[in-house]
Amino acid sequence: MVFLQQIFNGLALGSVYALIALGYTMVYGIVRLINFAHGDILMLGAYTGFFILKSFGLSPLSLVIAIAVSMMICSFIGMGIEKTCYKPLRNSPRINALITAIGVSIVIENGAKVIPFIGPNPRVYPVLKPVNYTISGASVSQTQIIVFGVSIFLMIVLNYIVNFTKTGKAMRAVSLDKDAALLMGIDINKIISFTFAIGAALGAAAGVLYSLSYPSINPYMGIMPGLKAFVAAVLGGIGSIPGAMLGGFIMGIAETITRGYISSLWADAVAFAILIGMLLVKPAGIMGKNVREKV
Amino acid sequence: MRKNILTNFVYNLSIAVLIFVILALLIFSGIIDEYNGNLLVLSGIYLIVALSLNLITGFTGQLSLGQAGFMSIGAYSSAILMLNFKFPLILAVIFGGLITGFVGLIIGFPTLRLKGDYLAITTLGFGEIIRVAMINLSKLTGGAAGLKNIPKFPSSGDYILDVIINLTYIYVFAIIILAIVSNLLKSSPGRAIISVREDEIASSSMGVDIFYYKMFSFVLSAIIAGIGGGLYASYMGYINPDLFGFLNSVNYLVIVVLGGLGSLTGTVFSSVIFVYLQEWLRIFGDFRLVIFGLILIISMLFWPSGLMGTSEYSPSGFVKKLIKGQFTIESILSKAKQLLKKIISNKSRNIFKHNGGEGR
Amino acid sequence: MSVVLEANNISIMFGGLKAVSNFSIKLEAGELVGLIGPNGAGKTTVFNMLTGIYNPSCGKIFISSSNGGMIDITSYKPHKITQSGIARTFQNIRLFKDLTVLDNVRIAFHSSVRYSAFDGIIRSSKYVEEEEKILVQSRNILSIFNLSNKQNELAKNLPYGEQRKLEIVRALATNPKLLLLDEPAAGMNPQETHELMNLIAYIRKEFNLTILLIEHDMSLVMGICERIIVLDYGQIIAEGTPSQISSNPKVIKAYLGGGDE
Repeated sequence: MVFLQQIFNGLALGSVYALIALGYTMVYGIVRLINFAHGDILMLGAYTGFFILKSFGLSPLSLVIAIAVSMMICSFIGMGIEKTCYKPLRNSPRINALITAIGVSIVIENGAKVIPFIGPNPRVYPVLKPVNYTISGASVSQTQIIVFGVSIFLMIVLNYIVNFTKTGKAMRAVSLDKDAALLMGIDINKIISFTFAIGAALGAAAGVLYSLSYPSINPYMGIMPGLKAFVAAVLGGIGSIPGAMLGGFIMGIAETITRGYISSLWADAVAFAILIGMLLVKPAGIMGKNVREKV
Repeated sequence: MRKNILTNFVYNLSIAVLIFVILALLIFSGIIDEYNGNLLVLSGIYLIVALSLNLITGFTGQLSLGQAGFMSIGAYSSAILMLNFKFPLILAVIFGGLITGFVGLIIGFPTLRLKGDYLAITTLGFGEIIRVAMINLSKLTGGAAGLKNIPKFPSSGDYILDVIINLTYIYVFAIIILAIVSNLLKSSPGRAIISVREDEIASSSMGVDIFYYKMFSFVLSAIIAGIGGGLYASYMGYINPDLFGFLNSVNYLVIVVLGGLGSLTGTVFSSVIFVYLQEWLRIFGDFRLVIFGLILIISMLFWPSGLMGTSEYSPSGFVKKLIKGQFTIESILSKAKQLLKKIISNKSRNIFKHNGGEGR
Repeated sequence: MSVVLEANNISIMFGGLKAVSNFSIKLEAGELVGLIGPNGAGKTTVFNMLTGIYNPSCGKIFISSSNGGMIDITSYKPHKITQSGIARTFQNIRLFKDLTVLDNVRIAFHSSVRYSAFDGIIRSSKYVEEEEKILVQSRNILSIFNLSNKQNELAKNLPYGEQRKLEIVRALATNPKLLLLDEPAAGMNPQETHELMNLIAYIRKEFNLTILLIEHDMSLVMGICERIIVLDYGQIIAEGTPSQISSNPKVIKAYLGGGDE
C-alpha cells in the first residue's frame, strides 16, 4: 500500500530531521539564537563518519564507533564555535549574532570545500546491504529501521538528560530565565556550552544516519536538511524539545508524501509553505507558548 | 523653511551632478577602466537594493531576509515585459518595480503581523518559495536556465562610452531613490515609520497606525528592490534563479549592517566597499568565501554598529559649511580624527538593542 | 455635565486567569479621578483595555464624540483610540529614547497632519506649511513646560523627572479629551510630587481635560483626586471621595499602607 510506504519513509526521514531540529530548538531556547551554522554540523558529522567507515569497513561495530566518534568530535566543534563566535555577542543586538552565525556557516561550508581531504566533489557513502522487510504490504529497508531506531534511542537519552538530571534541570532553568538561573548559582557558561555540545552531537549523528539513507555527501549537503529541520523546530514550537521531535516527524512525512503524490520539484517549497502557514496561524508552534509583552 | 528646502535641494543636486561628472570623466579618460567602471555600476544596483532593505529593516525595524526574492520578481517582470511585450527599458524597470510592490502587498499583509525572529524567518521562507517558483514556472521564467538576451542599456558601440551610459542610468535611478527615501524619512509619515522601530506600543499610543506604516514601508521597499532587480537584469543581459537565493539576501543585509542600520549615508559607502571587497577577495581563489565568512564574523565581533551607526552626512550640509568658510585645515583634521575615533571605538548606536522579540 | 468616558462591566482573561472582572466607570467632563489598589490589582490592565492594547473579553467602552453622541471604542486599536481623544502615559516611561525631545513631540502631531507621504517626498507647499505648523506647535508646548532649551537633546539624556514631564507633554500634543496617567509620580521625591500635583491641576484647567490616574503615592491621590476607585484582584471594591475611601474598612484591609512604598 503506497500510503503506508510513504509513512514509513517519512518516519525514517523525519527521525533525522527531528535530531537536527533538536539542536536548533535547544540553542534557540537557551540563547535565542537561530544557529544558521547548525546544518553544517550535519555535514561535518557525515564526513567524520565517512572516514571512519571507509577505514574500518561497514559493520555494526564500526557504525556504532562512527556515530559515537562523530558525535564526540562535533560536540567539541560546536562548543568551540560557541566560545569564539557567539559568546562575545551574548549581550549584543541579535542581528549581529545572526550575521555571525551566517558567517560561521559560510566558513564551514567553503572551508570544507578547500580542505584537501574533503574537497568539493561528492563522495559516496558506504551503504548497508538493501535488506527489506515487509510490514502490512509496505517495505522497509534495514537502513530505515536502523536510522529510525538510533534516532529514537538518542531522543530517549536526551529526554532522560533534560528531565531527570541536575544538568538538564539547569538547562531548563537557563532557557526560562537566564538571570534568575545565574542568581541560583547555575554556571550559565557551562550550561550554554553543554547545550551547544549536545545539539552538535545530535546533528552529527543525524549526519551519519542521513548519509546512510542518501549516500552522496558534499560540503553543501547540510543546507537543505538544516533548513527543513529548522522549519520543523519552528513548527513544533521553537524552544520546545518535544515540539522539535514532533515537528521533525511531521516535516519528514509531509516531504515524502509530497514527493510521492505531487512532485519532488515542489517538495522544497512545501517545507516553506508549511513554515509560513504555521507562523501565520500559530507562531508559537504546535507545542509552544504565546508570550505576551508586559506593557 | 521654504528657502531652506530650496537651497538644500540645489546644493544636493549640484554635489550629485558633480560626483557624476567626475566619475564620467575618470572613466572617459581611462583612469577608471572598463572593468572598474562596471563595478561602479554594479555598486549602484547593490545600493538600490540595499536602500530598500535599510528602509524596512533599518528604519522601520522589521528584519527582512527575503530581499533577493523581491529583486528577482522585479528582474523577471522587467525582462518578460521587454522580451514578450516589447516594453521600453525604463518603463519595464518601473513596471517591474510596481509588480514587485504588489507582490509585497500580498506577502506583507499576513507576514507583518509577526514580530522579531518570526517575521525574519517568514520573509526568508517567502524568498525561497519565490526562488522555487521561478524554477518551476519554466514556461514563463525559463526555469533553472533562466532568461537570456535581455535588452541591455542603449549601446553606442564604444565600450567606454557604454560604461558611462550604464552608469548614467543606474546613477539617476539611485539618486532619485535615495532622494525619495531621504525625503520620506524627514516627513511626518517618515517620523511615524521611525517611531514604529523605536517603540511600537508608544507609537500606536501617539496615534500612529503601526500596521499601516509597516505595510507602507514593506511595499515601498519591495518596489525599490524590484527596480533594482530590473536594472540588474538589463545590466547582466541574463538572469536565472540562482542569482537570487538566500545568500544574496544575506549580501544585502551585510551591506546594510556594515554601513550602519538606519544610516542612508552608511549604505552608500558600504555598497561600494562591498562590491570592491567581493572583487578583491577573488585573489584568494577557492578561499574567497572562507575569507568572506571570516570577515563577517570579525566585523560583527568588533564593529557591531557598522560604519556610521545611525548618523547621516548630508551633501547640502557640507556645501553650506564650505560656503560659510567653516573649513580650515585644523577643523577638517579634527573632524576627521573625531570620525575615525568614532568608527574605531564603535560608539555609534545600533538599533536592534533589545533581546527578545518573539511571536506576536 | 457630559459624560466623556463610559465603561460597562469590562473584563479580561489571560489564559485561565480573570485579570479584571466587571469593571465599570463613568467619567464626567473635567473630573480628576484616581484608580488605586495593591500591586497586581489590575489597574494598568484597565488602562490597557481603555486604550485598546488589550480588547476586553466582555463589556463595552464608549467615548464621547465631537458631535455629542457616544462612540463604541471597545474593539478599537490603540491608534484609533488616541485619535478619538484618549491619551496616556506609561508606568515604565516609553519615550522614544534615541530620538530628540522635539521629535518625540512632533510624532504626537502625526494624526493632525493633512499631507500625504507623496507630498512629503516631493516637498510640496502643503508639506512645507504643515511642517512649519507642527514645528511651531511643538515648540510652543515645549516652552509651556520649560523644555524648550532641551528640544534637541536625546530623550534618554533627560533627567528622570523631565522624562516623565516629556511623556505628559507628548500625550497632550495628541489633543486629547481624556488623559490617563499611569503612576506619574513613580520615583519622585515629595518636592517633585508636589510640583507634579500643580502640573496636573494646571493642565486639567488649561487643556480642558478629564483625567484618570493610577498612583501608589497617597499624598498625590488624596491631594488632588475628587473621586477614587479602588481595585483589588481585578474587581472594584470601593468607590468614593478621598475621605470615604480612607475610612473604608475593605480598602484598609486590602491595601492602605499609606505613603510611598
